[in-house]
Amino acid sequence: MTPNPSPPDCGQTLRELELFLDGELPAEDHKHVLAHINECMECFHAFDFHAELKALIAEKCHREPMPDGLLERIERCCSPDAAASPASPPDPI
Amino acid sequence: MEFAPQLYAAAMRMTHNESDAADLVQETYLRAYRGYPNFTEGTNLRAWLYRILTNTYINIYRARQRRPIETDLADVEDLYMYRRLGTIESAAMSRSAEDQLVDMIADDDVKQALDGLPETFRFPVLLADVEGFSYKEIAEMLDIPIGTVMSRLHRGRKAMHKALFDYAEARGFVGNTAVTTHDS
Repeated sequence: MTPNPSPPDCGQTLRELELFLDGELPAEDHKHVLAHINECMECFHAFDFHAELKALIAEKCHREPMPDGLLERIERCCSPDAAASPASPPDPI
Repeated sequence: MEFAPQLYAAAMRMTHNESDAADLVQETYLRAYRGYPNFTEGTNLRAWLYRILTNTYINIYRARQRRPIETDLADVEDLYMYRRLGTIESAAMSRSAEDQLVDMIADDDVKQALDGLPETFRFPVLLADVEGFSYKEIAEMLDIPIGTVMSRLHRGRKAMHKALFDYAEARGFVGNTAVTTHDS
């Protein structure tokens, strides 16, 4: 493992923000970003804000009331009787 | 059926229409049921269902659209919303402005901002930010390279954040200047 003599600057850290929050940075780079935002309050703040925004978007878009009867409709159309007679009924999904 | 409510919520963001979304979820389950013998044990069932959902949408609903698929999106500055909040210059001060902004964003604003994105950008943002799939899973679902997933996500998110900021402004959010009211 190569030591990293110069920690990433703010510009580089902010460019890696999305990959970091998406959990897509390689482990080494993830560590470097973590080290930077532990030291740099401004970058920490930017990461914290975007993490909150991402969580907010997920939470608000998950709420969608299903129409009445949709589950029953799916059950009816996907029951072993209704399907094109598979040799052995698959496990329910 | 445990995934039906989340598949339906995603289908609403795809079709923008309750009846089409319901049909899309039903068709997804039908295809999943028929294709289940081909499902490889050990792979992610949820990702597999979303892949069928996405493909079903593309095969059936996109073909129906009369309008050509929009693929363009105005370019937005990086970290747009954050810079508009002015937090980079005064990190400690603007905390309350951020909280105020987040509080002002309603459920419908978020849905509207996402729905307003052209499909090319909406799908990656939906699959990453709402559904939490990895770049690799999204690349497989949309049949595009991972680099394309990343660039579409980046541009789509910026446009969505700008739309959210614009909605908040339209509701009277005033950004940085809100902070000064704390001093009086």
